Amino acid sequence: MATQTAGASDFTKQLGRMYGTYTGGFIGFVILLALLELVGVPNRILGYLFVFFTLAVYAVIGVMTRTMQVSEYYVAGRRVPALYNGMATGADWMSAASFVGMAGTLFLLGYDGLAWVLGWTGGYVLVAVLIAPFLRKFGAYTVPDFMSHRFGGNFARFLAVIVLFCASFTYVTAQIYGTGIIASRFLGIPFEVAVFVGLLGILLCSMLGGMRAVTWTQIAQYIVLIIAYLTPIVILSTQKYGIPIPQLMYGQAIQEITAREGQLLQEGLATAAALKPHVQPFFNYTPLNYFGIIICMMVGTASLPHILMRYFTTPSVREARVSVAWSLFFIFLLYFSAPAYAAFSKLEVYTNIIGRDLDQIRPWLFTWGELGLIKICGKDALNHDAIVAACKAIADHPGVVRLQDFSINTDVIVLSTPEIAGLPYVISGLVAAGGLAAALSTADGLLLAIANALSHDIYYKMLDPNASTARRLVVARILLVLVAVCAAYLASTKPGDILAMVGWAFSLAMAGNFPALVMGIWWKRTTTTGAVLGIIAGFGLCIFYLVVTRYYPQAGVSYFGMSSLTNAATGAPLVDVATVMADPKWVADVPASAAHPMQSKVGWFDLNNINCGLLGAPLGFIVMIVVSLLGKEPSKEMQAFVDEIRKPRGRMVLEEKT
Amino acid sequence: MESKDQAYWNDTSRLMWITLGLWVFFGYIVHMFVHVLNKITILGFPLGFYMAAQGSLIAFVVILFWFARKQDQIDRKHGVAED
Repeated sequence: MATQTAGASDFTKQLGRMYGTYTGGFIGFVILLALLELVGVPNRILGYLFVFFTLAVYAVIGVMTRTMQVSEYYVAGRRVPALYNGMATGADWMSAASFVGMAGTLFLLGYDGLAWVLGWTGGYVLVAVLIAPFLRKFGAYTVPDFMSHRFGGNFARFLAVIVLFCASFTYVTAQIYGTGIIASRFLGIPFEVAVFVGLLGILLCSMLGGMRAVTWTQIAQYIVLIIAYLTPIVILSTQKYGIPIPQLMYGQAIQEITAREGQLLQEGLATAAALKPHVQPFFNYTPLNYFGIIICMMVGTASLPHILMRYFTTPSVREARVSVAWSLFFIFLLYFSAPAYAAFSKLEVYTNIIGRDLDQIRPWLFTWGELGLIKICGKDALNHDAIVAACKAIADHPGVVRLQDFSINTDVIVLSTPEIAGLPYVISGLVAAGGLAAALSTADGLLLAIANALSHDIYYKMLDPNASTARRLVVARILLVLVAVCAAYLASTKPGDILAMVGWAFSLAMAGNFPALVMGIWWKRTTTTGAVLGIIAGFGLCIFYLVVTRYYPQAGVSYFGMSSLTNAATGAPLVDVATVMADPKWVADVPASAAHPMQSKVGWFDLNNINCGLLGAPLGFIVMIVVSLLGKEPSKEMQAFVDEIRKPRGRMVLEEKT
Repeated sequence: MESKDQAYWNDTSRLMWITLGLWVFFGYIVHMFVHVLNKITILGFPLGFYMAAQGSLIAFVVILFWFARKQDQIDRKHGVAED
């Protein structure tokens, strides 16, 4: 035992040296590119170097950590130290949406956007306290493994795989979509091609080494993404306020924003309808939906298989707990900086765009206007002439930009900050590399979760329990590639709903997994029938609510007693249901298209469909408890099994014979 | 269950409830008082906004490290820790 501990600490030290060198090397690489920019190397080449260099590094790690051992492939040999697993989880967790989109959401929604910041951090408390350490002790390879063992075999396993697939597949599609967007923007290749370049990057990391390769690349990706996220905002804070701690200094920016908001209203530069005060709560979400989002995202966090399976890789139960704490710390570094991005950008827009004469607008904006991401007076802001022409077309336009004239895509906030601060292009390239790292790492984790469920749970445990190790690993890889190609194909068709569906993933995971996981560990009396019916009822209700409100709102109104959601600021209904239902065009629009005025705008109890977990999970718990109490107490062996996973000491319950 | 195991599980459950109580407080209850808290300003931040943007996040991180240490103490006290 003593030698093993010494070995483990040597391993940790060695990792520290390796990733320390890597971080230094990456910073050196950025400086080298900065020098290249100084001597006049064109931006396009710098963009190529950034994308290809980082992809190459991930690929090298992916190839070096290839493996033919089952436990290495599925759980990285269970020897990832807590701190490093925390970093890997951070990268696994923070997607393209967090990296690029979060700050933009906060820019648009102000205080109400913080529901996402809270929801996507606080869930780790549930992970550490209620679930992860126990699953680690159990010794599962996948979450369905646990469901099957605790709840009577393959039917529960199959249900868990369905939940996993529903929650992860749309999510991974959105990540591949994200890599495509970033790769196409910085490589200047068409989106459909860029998606497959991104796919190549993803597969190089995960295919040969499974969880082992994904773990060590995710750590490398975390380092890139956090450096990329913090650098521009630290420089901007230093420029503006002289102190390089943006997370503290944006308090001043918020005060200036609030002052400027009053000014804009007074000067007639904004209508009360267009202006959403940055710090005022409950302007965009009703309190119910605000807290609903927090609950669903938090509980969803604790139910998402690609996150839970990261804690299967630590050397011990104790390290699994510490590792959750490190995970949240590394995630926190990004999330508590996002509101600073939002505040600095908003101040820039409110002072240097709104209220300015049309011909005095700062030029950084036109780069994004060309991509169709910033519009002024309803038209893409291509250049001065274009916006002057667009605004002339509006009657009584005063010739200065008003708030209601200006619209910005949320992705621009983070990507444009280097330009707002007047930083060299190399910083923009760095940000792109960070966004790419965020998208790739999340895609890898999700793909692995899906492919493992298919290869381990469906193929090995259900179809061919006698399969040899080599065969299992080959099947695992083939399925990984198949799932990846399907997701990439779907992403390349640019499905409109995909981004909204990421929010749904959390509610689906919450309704389908959370009650069964928690009750399975914390209440011995939970029976197989209770759990199975609870999963079906909770998950079913959640899916039903999503599908009806999104695709069949007419049926929702006619048969299921749904009514319009309300506007948080005014309390008025979002749509006039009676008028829409009287219009034959909309009545015939089944399933509802994206343009349908009622899609995702009707529901019960004024509940947004993103929060459907709020209906499903409680129902799941109730069904589980009632049905369990009606049935016979679980067997002595099952109760002993639960006792066993509750105690950290001792062997793993499910030890694979190799 | 043996009484030894029962004592361990009672301690573990108590820690679970305390931690979840803190989680509910920082995740939800503080934010219900956002209007009141916003009347106080610190470093330019209205306090209600600050709690949602940073305060609660810091609390979650601290709670998790604290929880990991406490649970480890319980494990050791009852002799079920790994070594």
